[in-house]
Amino acid sequence: MNDAIAMRLRALLGPHAVERDPDGLPRAVPDSPDAMAAICGAAHAEGWKIRVEGRTTWLPADAPADLALSTRGLEAVTSVSPADLVASAQAGASLDLVRRRLAEQGMWLALDPPGRPERSLGSIAATATAGPLRLGFGPVRDHVLGATIVTGDGRLVHAGGRVVKNVAGYDLTKLHVGGFGGFGIIAELHLRLRALPRADVTLVAHGSRDALTGAARDLSGTVNPAALELLSPALAAEPDWVLAGRFLGTEAGVQSEVQRLVHGGGLQWQQVPADRAAAFWGLAARAALGGPVTLRLGVLADGLDETIDLIERELTEGLLSAGAVNGMLRWTGDAAVERLRAVRRTAAAREIPMTIERAPWAVRHALGHFGAYREGVGQLVGRLRESFDPGGCLSVALEGAME
Amino acid sequence: MNAALREALSGIVGPRWVRHRAAELATYAMDGLPTHESAPAVVVLPASRDELIAVVRLLHRESLPFVARGAGTGLSGGALAAPNAVLIALTRMKHILRIDAARRRAVVEPGVVNTRLSEATVPFGLHYVPDPSSQSACTIGGNVAENAGGPHCLKYGVTTNHVAELEVVLADGQVVRLGSPHGEPWGPDLVGLFVGSEGMFGVATEITVRLEPLPQAVRTLLADFTTVRAASEAVSAIIGAGIVPAALEMMDQACVAAVERSIYAAGYPTDAAAVLLVEVDGAADAVAAEFELVDGILRSHGARSVQTAVAPADRARLWQGRKKAFGAMGRIAPDLAVQDAVVPRSALPDILDRIGEIRDAHRLTISNVFHAGDGNLHPNISFDRRDVALAERVRQASREIMEACVAAGGSITGEHGVGNDKIGYMPLIFDAETLGAMQAVRRAFDPEERANPGKVVPVHACREWHAAPAARPRPPAARPRMAVG
Repeated sequence: MNDAIAMRLRALLGPHAVERDPDGLPRAVPDSPDAMAAICGAAHAEGWKIRVEGRTTWLPADAPADLALSTRGLEAVTSVSPADLVASAQAGASLDLVRRRLAEQGMWLALDPPGRPERSLGSIAATATAGPLRLGFGPVRDHVLGATIVTGDGRLVHAGGRVVKNVAGYDLTKLHVGGFGGFGIIAELHLRLRALPRADVTLVAHGSRDALTGAARDLSGTVNPAALELLSPALAAEPDWVLAGRFLGTEAGVQSEVQRLVHGGGLQWQQVPADRAAAFWGLAARAALGGPVTLRLGVLADGLDETIDLIERELTEGLLSAGAVNGMLRWTGDAAVERLRAVRRTAAAREIPMTIERAPWAVRHALGHFGAYREGVGQLVGRLRESFDPGGCLSVALEGAME
Repeated sequence: MNAALREALSGIVGPRWVRHRAAELATYAMDGLPTHESAPAVVVLPASRDELIAVVRLLHRESLPFVARGAGTGLSGGALAAPNAVLIALTRMKHILRIDAARRRAVVEPGVVNTRLSEATVPFGLHYVPDPSSQSACTIGGNVAENAGGPHCLKYGVTTNHVAELEVVLADGQVVRLGSPHGEPWGPDLVGLFVGSEGMFGVATEITVRLEPLPQAVRTLLADFTTVRAASEAVSAIIGAGIVPAALEMMDQACVAAVERSIYAAGYPTDAAAVLLVEVDGAADAVAAEFELVDGILRSHGARSVQTAVAPADRARLWQGRKKAFGAMGRIAPDLAVQDAVVPRSALPDILDRIGEIRDAHRLTISNVFHAGDGNLHPNISFDRRDVALAERVRQASREIMEACVAAGGSITGEHGVGNDKIGYMPLIFDAETLGAMQAVRRAFDPEERANPGKVVPVHACREWHAAPAARPRPPAARPRMAVG
């Protein structure tokens, strides 16, 4: 079977674009969205299951499949327009590369996702994994103006556009950002950029969880940080909890914000030296790889304490970070499927969705990235999946197998 | 109109709230765009969520198409209903159900008027940010359907960025909750997909929106320029300096002239080629610093004069001309085709030149007022629709403007939606495969295609896309079981 698939792929793409993964599975490395579509078209016709791989630094490449499809061959930054603050990049481009290309021209993409800096843009968009900057700049979807999608049966769909404001047609991009590849494979993204901020200041305060969340509540509305993130002692590698604030903007604007922060809330703030701030946030992002499972909980700030209690009770050890102003909690660690399911059930009863962002296939398969939906939504999602992947070729577990 | 259906609708909402006489229907035959007209078979006005759901379930049982409508201020013909369809007017569902100041959320019925929500939340130091020009009349439900924008969306985002959760009645009468109180999707981002679907995925029965703190300080600047290009370059320089103003609006000479000749005169210099309105907001000291930067950029980019306003009354005066620009244009001619398109910001000067050429070629009066910060143009064509030849020239010029914007890398609509007005332009920006995908998504929500039929997606231009399984068993609702009309 493997040999026949590999042979077919070589005939489609040429010998250079087909390799084998360590288990001997054929891996196609298309170099264009059209080639990607051809692979999916063939898979649909033959009934092959496809596992999509990015730079394999986030989700493990372990979904059962007849072939792997890597986006590594699609790593170009295809256009950059400084005057319009937009850029287009292929899905396999690493965030690191994109950042460097943009910085050369005075721009940046206001995303600081968990994981390694070489994560692919496609992975970040498909999993909608935003980092602490979500507070100031919004979730991943706010940075994506449009996308080229390859459907499970090999069609090319051009969702959205390349301009910063656009309501033409249905907003299909939203389905794919955070769709975990269940509705198609992202081949290219059109991104909204910002001018590089003139000033970038990070401050940290240490204390008990109660003291920090209380102070964050008091500060809410008086300061406007780009990030205000609560980090657990294990994640921060500190004896206490850490509250980390980041301010971006003009020099005068940032200085005035910092003054208000330092004089309000009653915490002892220390400024992180400029040459160490990037490393500080980079370490916090990489901490999400400190265990096999990463999950996020869509909790509001006022439910944070209660939800952290729940996590600590059910999942014990782990690395935890949370938006202190806007909520949203991320946990990384190791836990049995039953414990994770229990957390999801309790959270759902509090109207908090839990998304498995990263886990071995056994966990993804058992729980699904999303698990059980609200009433009626499952049928809707099923119909949407059916329309984008009618043959069920994309090996993605959105719903749990044993819910 | 079939009496049995009217009776059944009356049984749900009361006979007073079912309208079917020609004079009554005429009220609903148009939206804010005077180029399209179509009266529905009947209008029903539910007063509550339960009545709305019962109406949709009745229409499902009868396989009847329907159109949900807010205040009818839309500008794309999106809320017009065909003569065989039932129009569900949501203007009675105008209750703000909850304001949760601590969580910065409000839960509203779809018929709540946009400004009413902000008025109700100001005592808590909060407001609802999206502010379309029609905000004193348009409804939150309509804003959700169209993904409405407004001047202050440059900094704070459009409607989709402010909706956390939705309760929706689908066309088959099923009620689903999308999103979560936090705003984090519960599964795939179906709230993001629903917002801007122009009433074709179902009807929102309850909308949970985010509220934002009122800014501590606001300053408004009005600069005038001798060329549109200089004003456009000033816009790019402000954004390029890393400043995101709360609003960045431009008006061309024709627009300024119309405003200054009207009762809304705001003291704009009528000899300027372009007037730029910039607003910065936030913490007082940060605003003061940004204000200095913006003022410097405006002057260094050729502003002849820069007026500034801090006090609310003074700011309101500077804004008056912009907010009332569409009203002022009413003096020019009886009808106004408010167009809406987007170009990359750097293309603004060239596209305005091109619009000037189109205006001259078709001998039309066009005033431009636009959200310069995000390249969202509103070329407004003044005309008299009773003049058939003139109306045809307006139609032709509108198409040429759209084509020019698309050629510049832009879009056919930034905030007004496609409706039926722009359905013919959709193939300019989307290929058959993508249009087919849109149609398939619509069928996932509404397999029978009964919610706001005939809008947005030009079905003839779609590549054939297999229907979702649930769409297959039942035929489309082309032949309603209960005769109407």
